[in-house]
Amino acid sequence: MEDYHLLSVVIFLPILGIGWVLLARSEREIKLGAAAFTALNLALSLALFCLFDRSAPGLQLVEKASWIPAINAEYFLGVDGISMLMVLLTSFLSFLAVLVSWTEIHFRAREYFAWLLLLETSILGVFCAQDLLLFFLFWEIEMIPMYFLISIWGTPPPLGRKEYSAIKYVIYTFTGSAMMLAGILLAYFYTGTWSMVELVDKAPALSIGLRTLIFFLIFFCFAVKLPMFPLHTWLPDAHTDAPTAGSVMLAGALIKMGGYGMIREVGIFPEVAKAYAFMLVIFALINTLYGAAVTLRQTDLKRLIAYSSISHMGYVLLGIFALAPLSLTGATLQMFSHGLITGMLFALVGLLYHKAHERRIPLLGGLARQMPLLAVAFSIAGLASLGLPTTSGFVAEFITFWGSFTSPIFPAIKICTIIAMICMVITAGYMLWVIERVFYREPKPEYDRTPDLGPLELAMSTLFIVGIMLIGVYPRVLTDVINPSVMSLAKALGL
Amino acid sequence: MNWYLISPQLSLGALALIIVLLDLFLKEKRILGIVSAAGLALPFGFALSLWGHQETILSGMLAVDGFSLFFCFLFLGIAFLTLLYSTDYLPRIPRLHGEYYALILLSTTGFTFLAATGELISIYLALELSSLPLYALVAFLKDEKSTEAGIKYLLLGAIASATLLYGMALMFGLTGRTELSEIAQALAAGGIREPALLLGVVLLIAGFGFKMAAVPFHGWVPDVYEGAPTPITAYISVGSKAAGFAVILRVFYQAFGQPAWLHADWSLTIAVLSAITMTLGNVVAIWQGNIKRLLGYSGIANAGYLMVGLAAASNIGRSGVIFFLVAYTLANLGAFTAIIAISNKIESDLIEDYSGMARRAPALALILALCLISLTGIPPTAGFMAKVYIFSAGIQAGFLWLVIIGVVNSVISAYYYLRVVKVMFLSQPSSEEGVPSSGALRAALAITALGVLLFGVFPYVLLHLAENATLLP
Repeated sequence: MEDYHLLSVVIFLPILGIGWVLLARSEREIKLGAAAFTALNLALSLALFCLFDRSAPGLQLVEKASWIPAINAEYFLGVDGISMLMVLLTSFLSFLAVLVSWTEIHFRAREYFAWLLLLETSILGVFCAQDLLLFFLFWEIEMIPMYFLISIWGTPPPLGRKEYSAIKYVIYTFTGSAMMLAGILLAYFYTGTWSMVELVDKAPALSIGLRTLIFFLIFFCFAVKLPMFPLHTWLPDAHTDAPTAGSVMLAGALIKMGGYGMIREVGIFPEVAKAYAFMLVIFALINTLYGAAVTLRQTDLKRLIAYSSISHMGYVLLGIFALAPLSLTGATLQMFSHGLITGMLFALVGLLYHKAHERRIPLLGGLARQMPLLAVAFSIAGLASLGLPTTSGFVAEFITFWGSFTSPIFPAIKICTIIAMICMVITAGYMLWVIERVFYREPKPEYDRTPDLGPLELAMSTLFIVGIMLIGVYPRVLTDVINPSVMSLAKALGL
Repeated sequence: MNWYLISPQLSLGALALIIVLLDLFLKEKRILGIVSAAGLALPFGFALSLWGHQETILSGMLAVDGFSLFFCFLFLGIAFLTLLYSTDYLPRIPRLHGEYYALILLSTTGFTFLAATGELISIYLALELSSLPLYALVAFLKDEKSTEAGIKYLLLGAIASATLLYGMALMFGLTGRTELSEIAQALAAGGIREPALLLGVVLLIAGFGFKMAAVPFHGWVPDVYEGAPTPITAYISVGSKAAGFAVILRVFYQAFGQPAWLHADWSLTIAVLSAITMTLGNVVAIWQGNIKRLLGYSGIANAGYLMVGLAAASNIGRSGVIFFLVAYTLANLGAFTAIIAISNKIESDLIEDYSGMARRAPALALILALCLISLTGIPPTAGFMAKVYIFSAGIQAGFLWLVIIGVVNSVISAYYYLRVVKVMFLSQPSSEEGVPSSGALRAALAITALGVLLFGVFPYVLLHLAENATLLP
């Protein structure tokens, strides 16, 4: 399979799509083209996912070519179980992001879909790159499309502050990646390699102080992206003011780059991760509890979901730095599951706002009467978000908590896990409360003429629900793929 | 005495003189531009045939090595692009004569000599040869701002030259030599009193710092950038900077490598100046409303990044500076080319007047945005690779603190570069009229944009050249 350069095809197919979008003659052709290219990419990723060898722990579909010989940088792609999952998630969400934009975007559609496709390429590149410089290149490219998506097609005043949010997003991301650049340059100069695979072998030769420095320089960048408290303040603004597809991509795929990067870092610097696990788990607890508490107070539906993401990313952080095989599996699952659930929630909120022209919770109410299908879909996604059994949310959170509770990493981890679990109650609280406030209570006459989900939107929601339920009922579709990678990670950690 | 070795410089100087002569007989001044641009093929060809030579001539006054030839190509490229994008601007200059072209060519001759000098006196001569035409060119518009800029540039330039000369005199007095390689030997032998030597080095840094636009010798930059005709602003912004770095690189790498304490001292001095330069340039740029002034301060900031490579004092530092200079040249010239076209139409250099430019001139706005993104250092552009490369030189030399200041500065710069992009892409256009441009200008835009992208994705071609652009031992 390696001779076909399948990963390169997956990564650069959207670039071909940009070519189509730029040359297309009508808005319809633009949208059809974007949908076709993202659908093709999804099909290809699904095929790769099915062909993925579930018994091999190492990288698969490896592609290696000399890129910048002068500094040993390589065009080095490959996926292990964890990246495979993220690739699948990204191409799934990109396809749905195009569908979500179908009725919402008429203004400057050509540019819009071009940026969206470029965004897909850069995220896929991040998940496939095994050379740190290449990884960093894709990581940085992502910033520009997101800046334009938020600042041009975002929510204008008075409800939003799109330009402010866009530049805030760029400043945060760029600060993070600037630190990462310093980190990876240090790593390169002391080991002589950019390859993440070789770094696993070579990094232990460095002094512990240097490793800690590199770890935290790079970690800062991932912590901004995840986001970890107190570096999270860009997220509510960016997610709230982005166009629907932008929020779907941000919450679904982009912030997963942070979690993914942290898992990679743990593999390269296991000792540092162990030494600071307690501190980072405490940050995870703050993330979950603070995020959930702030979510309770939100009055803007989109901002509410954005804050709930911060809380849910706390679980990912907990799972990663509990440093047990099971908790790492849980964290990966949680990233995938949160991508689907929050992607769906943002898509539905976007549709609701597009149809009802309102997303302030106090001004909504009783919408289940006028928009029954949307109400059902939103309730399913909301219940999945609070971790109802048979949904992916339950499986992911259960495995994460179980993994961290049984982790031997430090004695207090049991107490920490229990504290994190309190958050599930708050999650249930705000989710059920918001469903009640938006969809139940007295119907309001001003929404009487609001249309319900159309066939395309229904199909889109069904796709999301199928994914969420499938993982909820039969998580082995994913865990089989994750396991070998997590096991080799556990070996590096000496567990 | 092999005159062939300096044929690129000689032919360039001859071309300038031919233009002055032709100017006497030709009515149609446009032909002069075409002759100048086409004539650049001659020095280019000579330089190409010399590639691979490693020699000195005129008993060590000039050096022909990979380094000087690489810069020769760079300066010829800059001159060529300057001639291309000048075509759209020249109608705005009153009483235009052939000396516009001749002065550009003469100054380029000075720059190419400057990169090849191996000895203090020839450095001074080349520096003056390159500067004098520039003073005249800056004042070429003959209006109030342009004249003021010209006078300012002349006065400050003269002070910088005097400082430099003072430093050189100290060097000569201490070592008894003017050739860089022999100064290096005399210094390595030891026995030279420290304070005078340090004073000499500091004065040299000050003199060259003027050319590089490093803080605190940057005072001329904003006014000259704003007042000069825009093509000349662009030419100075890259040419003068590249020449300054070429000469300081050669002097410091070749002459001041020994003794170790001297090396450590100037390396640290430049590192500290670098941190101040980029921080001041970036922070002040935030408040600029005039795009030429903005690019002026961005030029100061970029001098700061370049000094990281200089302070590193290593092979990767040298090739990093070279790579960065090429990337900066492409992006900056691309940006200025777009600005020339736009300001011809809207007759303003204020950023707020660029509103909705993406609607009025999509290609121009896109290329300007691309160049600004490259200046910020975001991939897939040459500016990104240049920053990676130059910061890696800093890390290798142990300047982690400087690199962290550098990357934080990149973040600050994103704010004001993206502000321009925002105005062009987000604001409503004040009119729907398009922006006309000539074929020559569009060619210059295409060359720079392609270069920015090409070296951003496939940097190894340029890196390979940069690594082979070695100095004579």
